[in-house]
Amino acid sequence: MSGEAQFASLRFREARTDDWERLEELVRRIERGRAGSLSDEDLFDLPVLYRAALSSLSVARETSLDTDLVGFLEALCARAYFVLYGVQPPLHRRIGAFFGAGWPLALRSLWRETLVAVLVMLLGAVVAYCLVAGDPGWYHSIIPEDLAGGRGPQSSVAELRAGLYDGGGGARDMLGAFATYLFTHNAQMALMCFALGFAFGVPTLLLLVYNGCILGAFMAVYVSKGLGLPLAAWLAIHGTTELFAIAIAGAAGLRIGMAVAFPGRLSRTVATTKAGRTAAFAMIGVVLMLAVAGLLEGVGRQIVQSDLIRVAIGGGALAAWLLYFYLLPVRREDADG
Amino acid sequence: MAKPRPAPRRAAAKDADRRTFITPEGVDLKLDIASVGERAGALMIDVVIILLTLIAFSIFLLFVLSGTGRALGQALAIIWLLGFFVLRNGYFAIFELGPRAATPGKRLMKLRVVARDGSRLRGHQVVARNAMRELELFLPLTFAAYQTAQGVTDMAIGLLGLLWTGIFALFPMFNRDRLRVGDLIAGTWVVRLPRRRLSYSVATSLAPEKSRYTFTDKQLSVYGEFELQKLEEVLRRNEEYSIIVVARTIRERLNLPDSGGDDYGFLEAYYTALCQRLERGMLFGKRKKDKYQR
Repeated sequence: MSGEAQFASLRFREARTDDWERLEELVRRIERGRAGSLSDEDLFDLPVLYRAALSSLSVARETSLDTDLVGFLEALCARAYFVLYGVQPPLHRRIGAFFGAGWPLALRSLWRETLVAVLVMLLGAVVAYCLVAGDPGWYHSIIPEDLAGGRGPQSSVAELRAGLYDGGGGARDMLGAFATYLFTHNAQMALMCFALGFAFGVPTLLLLVYNGCILGAFMAVYVSKGLGLPLAAWLAIHGTTELFAIAIAGAAGLRIGMAVAFPGRLSRTVATTKAGRTAAFAMIGVVLMLAVAGLLEGVGRQIVQSDLIRVAIGGGALAAWLLYFYLLPVRREDADG
Repeated sequence: MAKPRPAPRRAAAKDADRRTFITPEGVDLKLDIASVGERAGALMIDVVIILLTLIAFSIFLLFVLSGTGRALGQALAIIWLLGFFVLRNGYFAIFELGPRAATPGKRLMKLRVVARDGSRLRGHQVVARNAMRELELFLPLTFAAYQTAQGVTDMAIGLLGLLWTGIFALFPMFNRDRLRVGDLIAGTWVVRLPRRRLSYSVATSLAPEKSRYTFTDKQLSVYGEFELQKLEEVLRRNEEYSIIVVARTIRERLNLPDSGGDDYGFLEAYYTALCQRLERGMLFGKRKKDKYQR
């Protein structure tokens, strides 16, 4: 037996190195985001080269003690695997799938949590309303100073009315910036509401109750001065969208908290991941809804001064969301992002 | 090779990071989980990039703003608010949605986000794992800032908050796969994916009969795979001193005379001969793990 024929490891390397290097070159080009520069021949060869490298890896592990070779093949195969199996459908298809199926389906499966979130907020609102209506002193312990903006039980009817229709005086020429600020602030709060769900959902529930409390306290002050309906209209134009979005964020958080606390028959990790999928879809939607709410609040509310139109816009938005989320026909197989 | 038990702890630590990852073709890719240090390093790089971008962005906007009227001022305020929002929430997600599935920091640390079940990384997973950063990164930061900004009674609240949120921030240290809360929710993990070049083979292409050195079967049966791979490392590093020491150790063990200065050639020949013998053994299902195995 000649020496070269005996030493399989070296021959093995020499015979296949060119293929491995070609595969590495292709993988590098795709990783750099230049997949478009690959010719038809390259694309055709890629899976063939990948399978060849995989089988080289299996052979090398069983027959070779060359650690450099095995290490190189492991790294190469892993990179090629993620390039080949990590291919995403084009962006427009993914966006289409999200709006067409992923979003409404996620919300449909979250309906119970959403209902709980809405009820919890309502509970907070009712309790705070009763407290403040009974003793206006409660108002200040519920609503932080910067949020109240000088409005409170001590304000006169005229002051409160001005707040509802002037958009807080000088802010008028900064409408766009104001809307953007509201959007980013609310989106951040919604994300927090969702993330806190991980602590078994308790902080999320507290945040929801508190959110309701603020609403109820405001309500009580305005109603006591006979401004209940104008306030409702003022809130409705954006509030239907915004409060709905916050409820959904809370629902997504609750879903995760429940999966962490009571995974049921699945393992805790699997249950959490499954809940995370639904919750993530819902949260992308929440951010979009809050962008709409920010526009309605910052721009719509300042421009539209009539109570009736404000209520109509708010009610219309709510009806549109409900229709889209719960009644629109959806093809289940499209839900893939 | 002179030491009786060479670094067993390190070998164990390396195996503890390995995870089975079977491709549809049935081959185990054996991915390595990224260490906490690597991930912290990647995060720090990313945070620095975000801060620098934010500062540069702000300076640029201020520069433009100074010479313009109010209408443009408002537009710039909108741009800044949205830019800040996108940087804070979108930076990680946008990069991880790309073909490398890694932020610049992760790329530098040679890391990558991977779906735990082996399927492709979906958009919703990237969103979920990064939405959780709110809890893991920004909430503790808020409490830390709160603590420094407030008085004594509020400091207690800040400390408690920091402690409580710290549990989430330190979550990766307390589970085997070093999952962040975000990883857990999204069904992802972060693996090491180094790019390696194929180096040369340490073995000589010379046939053993033509080599200056010949070894008897008994001399070759002394060492096993572990020692062979250590020898490969030594040859690859090619430091004069360690070559001399290793060559002397092996010669003493094999009862060979001095090779007259050609230590590298000697080790190379021994490596080649030993590698051949062990690989032939592997083909017949006989493996010798190390020198202690009979």
